[in-house]
Amino acid sequence: MATRLRFAFWTRAVEVTVLAVAICFSLGASNPSGRLNDLDHRLMCTCGCAQILGECNHVGCTESTQELTELKADIAAGMGDRQILSAFVAKYGATVLAAPPAHGFDLVAWIAPFAVFAAALLGTILLIRRWGGLGGKPQAAVATDPAVLDPEERERLQRIRRETGSDGGF
Amino acid sequence: MATFGSFCLLIALALAAYNLLAGALALRLLATGQPALISPERLADTARRAGIAGFVAVTGAAFALVWSVFTNDFSITYIVEHSNRALPIAYKFAALWSGQEGSLLLWAWLLGMFGFVLRLRHKTDVRLYAYAGMILAGVQVFFLAVINFAAPPFALLKGAIPDDGNGLNPLLQYPEMVIHPPMLYLGYVGFSVPFAFALGALMMRYPGEKWIRITRTWTMVTWLFLTCGIFLGMHWAYAVLGWGGYWGWDPVENASFMPWLTGTAFLHSVMMQERKGMMKSWNVWLIFSTFLLTLLGTLLTRAGLVSSVHAFAQSSIGTWFVVFMCIVLAVCIFTYVYQRGHLKTEHHLESLVSRESSFLFNNLVLLTACFVILWGTLFPILSEYVEGSKVTVGPPFYNRVAVPIGLFLLFLTGVGPLLPWRATSLKAIKRNFVLPVIALWAMVIVCLVAGVNPWRGGEFSSGSFYALVGFAVSAAVLTAILAEFLRGAGVISRQTGRNLFAATWLLTRRNTRRYGGYLIHIGVVIAVVGLCGSAFNRNVESEMGLNSTMSIGPYTLVQVGATQDSNLNYSSEYAMLDVSKGGKKLFQMTPEKRFYQASGQPQTMVAIHSVPEWDLYVVYEGTNPDTGQPIIKAFLNPLVSWIWFGLVVMVFGTFVALVPSLTPATAALRVPAAQAAPVAPALKGGD
Repeated sequence: MATRLRFAFWTRAVEVTVLAVAICFSLGASNPSGRLNDLDHRLMCTCGCAQILGECNHVGCTESTQELTELKADIAAGMGDRQILSAFVAKYGATVLAAPPAHGFDLVAWIAPFAVFAAALLGTILLIRRWGGLGGKPQAAVATDPAVLDPEERERLQRIRRETGSDGGF
Repeated sequence: MATFGSFCLLIALALAAYNLLAGALALRLLATGQPALISPERLADTARRAGIAGFVAVTGAAFALVWSVFTNDFSITYIVEHSNRALPIAYKFAALWSGQEGSLLLWAWLLGMFGFVLRLRHKTDVRLYAYAGMILAGVQVFFLAVINFAAPPFALLKGAIPDDGNGLNPLLQYPEMVIHPPMLYLGYVGFSVPFAFALGALMMRYPGEKWIRITRTWTMVTWLFLTCGIFLGMHWAYAVLGWGGYWGWDPVENASFMPWLTGTAFLHSVMMQERKGMMKSWNVWLIFSTFLLTLLGTLLTRAGLVSSVHAFAQSSIGTWFVVFMCIVLAVCIFTYVYQRGHLKTEHHLESLVSRESSFLFNNLVLLTACFVILWGTLFPILSEYVEGSKVTVGPPFYNRVAVPIGLFLLFLTGVGPLLPWRATSLKAIKRNFVLPVIALWAMVIVCLVAGVNPWRGGEFSSGSFYALVGFAVSAAVLTAILAEFLRGAGVISRQTGRNLFAATWLLTRRNTRRYGGYLIHIGVVIAVVGLCGSAFNRNVESEMGLNSTMSIGPYTLVQVGATQDSNLNYSSEYAMLDVSKGGKKLFQMTPEKRFYQASGQPQTMVAIHSVPEWDLYVVYEGTNPDTGQPIIKAFLNPLVSWIWFGLVVMVFGTFVALVPSLTPATAALRVPAAQAAPVAPALKGGD
């Protein structure tokens, strides 16, 4: 009974956490100054300085000044974020976006890191399981196991360890 | 001097080639036992001596280039392009690595120096060192071939010799640039040594883990140099680029960060091999990857594959690097496939909740972070290949993908040391984790009370959210590490009657590697706290006439003068700003804009006032052409100094970890092992 209650508690806790995180990430900026700050950090300066538009500080950089003016005008005109970004891409090309768009082939840029992480995590868990760390069967001792090495080889390994010294480590 | 330098480089190439070929032949003869005209031992020794002589030759070339800079020898193209008469002395040294040819020469010289030290210490294990020396010679042949045939630093200028040079890139005329590139290069080049030992040990089927112990100091020192190089680069970007930040996920920054991640993973996972005979193949590939990533970093910086805000020396030598990387990869794969039977693990993991598995997950996260950065750096090339148009992969991508991974890694930094080797019990987990969990939630509450609220005003700020998580996890990790220190020190204190401070000192000395590692973790936590502060950066920009004011945070800036100055190297404009707090004048700041005479390029000299809470960072952006008034941009960047202090702690921790622990015999005189063992798990070398 106690185990079931504990399980229910943890399930509920995980649900609440996931919900809270989902709500957090679904919220967006809405006021104009927040939107300007948000959008000018999603765009690049096109003068070739490779800096974020909102952070470009080159002396006399006409590109960033013009882009910022356009951005403010678009926000004032009531355009949506997606419309503004599309307008910038149409005018300056895809490189004006500070991050790849989440559609078409560029979606791969966003998916790949998480896919690789998931695959690596799964691989690690399977590896540990194979080694017996998660209740799987431990592998048979291999030939290099000190227990199955011939005495001469074992003595040699021990001598190397003695000579080089080991201070334990972490 | 140009002739002497070129001659030295040719001699160095010939000597490195001899070292490689004669060394390979000698080791082949030794391995097969075939009869030869000359004894293989003598042949190997001639190869070793050629390596030493090669270092002397490269030193001669480096000296020739530095001499040419100091004597303003403008008959050499490199000197014309990277120096001028008025260049201050310290920056004349910097000219050695400010351009492609010079920086490749610096690489070759450092590699020669590492090889020189290695060859002098060959008696530690003659055969293993011979293999490592031969592999280093192979790397050296490549770099010297590039320097001799593709990017010669002593190429003579065609046409009339000018009276003066073009000067050093203004971005590089900053004190850090005198030490940042050499540090970074020491890190890059240094990883050649563990790579050479790993490959050599695999080639000769070297028994045991001795090669790891031999290279441990090399690896740690190299890691330290790379860490310092990265942080110095951050500080340089912060103080020179004038955008108020220190890390922009620029491809060149990423290039230095990737080998750091794999190198860090290697430093952790080798402990598994040393202690448990596990992860041998993994470790070998980690160090192979680290070395390949250092080459990739150089390729990215040099070849102009990706656009970068500070790729100083782009050219067409990328092909050379691609070919060399392919050769290195092929050699690594071939050697691994041929000798993989030698890398069978001796033990297996016994529990998912153990120190071993924490190392596995730590490696997993570090490598995932490395992949994310590599992927983000190379994706524009891939996108252009597939879709025909480039995209930008900038900070928004990394902040969304890499920052959560970094926070997870920080979490593992705290969890790992709390788990014992082999396996643990639920009771032990509860005992070890109670304090950190309390610290975590306490910090969340403190942050929320202090105003670190990601949901303030009904809007969600991902920056504040990550900062909140970062602060909370940092508090937990710090508590976990300090608890480890106190637990061990408490035992020693009770047994010896020493005070807690002295007991902590003795505890650290008894296992410098372990507690040095903890200090490094503390340094990482401190740096992370500093990084979290960036979520709360503020800035204000204004045109400031005489006596006009600007307010940011608790400070008020008053413009009390704007003036100009000049010297042979540059002319400058600067504003004098009195800074007051609560009506009381504190100090004066003089942000500056320089215009270098030789290159005609402008450069920002930021004024920074640093206190533990924040940095007041003031940029002179120029003058309004209509009014002639200076335009000032001020930033208030919280906790930045914590980042640099974190580095100091990391450096200190690394030095502690490098110091040999007290020997068991000496330690036994201080604390009887039999007394300490049952109650002090922290004292038993990590058990």
